Amino acid sequence: MAEIQIKQVAKSFGKFEALHSIDLTITDQEFLVLLGASGCGKTTLLRIIAGLETATSGEVHIGGKRIDHLPPKDRGISMVFQNYAVFPHLTVYENIAFGLRMAKLDQAEVDRRVNRTATLMHIEQLLQRYSGQLSGGQRQRVAVARALATEPDVILMDEPLSNLDALLRMEMRAELKGILAESNTTTVYVTHDQVEAMSMADRIAIMQGGDIIQAATPVEVYRNPAAHFVGSFIGNPPMNFLPAKKVSDGLWTVAGAQFDGPSSNKNELNFAIRPEDLLLSDNGPLQAKVTLVEPLGSHVLASCNIENNLFRVVLESDTSISRGDVLNLKPMPDRVRWFDPDNQLAV
Amino acid sequence: MSTAPNMVVGQSRVARWAFNGSVIVLCLWVLVPIYLLIANALSAPSEVTQFPKKMVPSFDTESVEFFLYFNGVGKALWSSVQVAFLTMVMSILIGAPAGYSLSRFDFRGKNAFRILVLMTRAFPLPLLALPMAIMFIRVGLDDTVFGLALVHTTLALPFAVLITFSLFSGIPIELEEAAWTLGCNRLQAFFKVIFPLVLPGITASAIFAFVVSWNEVFAAAVLTIEHRTLPAFLLQSLDVAPLHLKFAGGAVLVVPALIFIFFVRKYLFAMWGIANR
Repeated sequence: MAEIQIKQVAKSFGKFEALHSIDLTITDQEFLVLLGASGCGKTTLLRIIAGLETATSGEVHIGGKRIDHLPPKDRGISMVFQNYAVFPHLTVYENIAFGLRMAKLDQAEVDRRVNRTATLMHIEQLLQRYSGQLSGGQRQRVAVARALATEPDVILMDEPLSNLDALLRMEMRAELKGILAESNTTTVYVTHDQVEAMSMADRIAIMQGGDIIQAATPVEVYRNPAAHFVGSFIGNPPMNFLPAKKVSDGLWTVAGAQFDGPSSNKNELNFAIRPEDLLLSDNGPLQAKVTLVEPLGSHVLASCNIENNLFRVVLESDTSISRGDVLNLKPMPDRVRWFDPDNQLAV
Repeated sequence: MSTAPNMVVGQSRVARWAFNGSVIVLCLWVLVPIYLLIANALSAPSEVTQFPKKMVPSFDTESVEFFLYFNGVGKALWSSVQVAFLTMVMSILIGAPAGYSLSRFDFRGKNAFRILVLMTRAFPLPLLALPMAIMFIRVGLDDTVFGLALVHTTLALPFAVLITFSLFSGIPIELEEAAWTLGCNRLQAFFKVIFPLVLPGITASAIFAFVVSWNEVFAAAVLTIEHRTLPAFLLQSLDVAPLHLKFAGGAVLVVPALIFIFFVRKYLFAMWGIANR
């Protein structure tokens, strides 16, 4: 059992506060992705769990045991680094065996585990090579095999795929997800790539400016973003936002059309809708002037202008539209979201 | 537009000539004296003062042989080796940890410390020599191999610190961190991961310390009498010796240093790269 509890963890570097008070519980065997732009504190949080960084305040518990005062080696974790950190003076075999030798396992057991993880990562034919003789993708596999070989309770991954090319990244994404699901470990995975996060995570914790904005399943963060930032960060193309003015309680004008919305004491809200949640309809209430058409094969992406706001629409691939057309768009009522423009949170 | 490329070519041609010219001048500056030294050392005594000189020496080993069997040379050579070896060991044992801390830890006054390390080289040894000689006599370190090695260590230490600093800086911190997460404490990670990777560089830095000590003459001449190192001994005994013996002595001193430096030159460049910043 390796549940990770992060309690009011804060970290500052001099005057800069990298993490405000973070509270997060990662359940046993969960695959949690820390997602955010660079500088949001996600790597700092991961390094605090690993013990490579000390929190300024707060507690970290793994499997019910407080570990924030322990050195990395006593935390039952292993880590995969962005630049792989494969030891250049050791063979692939000795790299994978490194943690096992430190744990003083006998040679037969070392052999068994190295061969098992090497087979799992498809690098069994590379065991006698050195890191200098490996490609980036192979080094990546060695780094993961080395982390898995010690059979840790928790695996921490710091942007492990970001140095691979796009195709290899997609392959490794699926492969890693399968392997980690079978390994029964709790995984904390840091990335800035929202597609990676969506496709791999059981749960995504979205970070911004040293805070966790939302921690929920991929579908939940996509459908019900807790904040304006989440809606604009998750999804490609991102969510559309339009200013809304109050008409009366629960009734709002958006770009000249009236919509039923939440009752709020605010006079202005932001109306939000995902680009694929719009239908072309003759009586569609939103008039959008097309400024750019991108036929992407599976669908057509149209960038439009509604009262000087950029508004993107995803349409069926056989839709024939061109620049300058005016589209009548009907938002799917159950997909409309509302955000408070002052505190940026969902209403 | 059409003249611009020509101008660039013209400029670069001048620059190339200037560059190649300086390289040739610098090489001659260093190589000609070494050539003359070795050529004369390998000439028969009568040929040394002969004019015009032959470009290829006669490979007469009389001067070198005479010199090597000259009374006291063996003893001085042994002292030199002892002092240089001690200097080498102490420089690395003190310098490498300092280089490691400079590359891995942030502490107050780190930059000032780095400059101070360099500044010690700007302090002229003759200024220190007399007070140091007196101090050494008081504590009983005068005329000992260990005492001289201490002085040479202070001379070699800045280089040892800067070379090892650049060595450790060249090794990604993630390698150490990976070792920590795989069950190592700081010391184990150092010896299992970092040390094997810096070993060639450490060796180079050690050899350099050896050469610094081997070449040093001033402190050796002031602080020792019985335990003279080779350079100090030569300074004293060859002062009035015939010219061909001076050449032989010079060659015996220069050649080992040249060979050592040749093997570690790659690491010395790395050090200058850092020190020039």
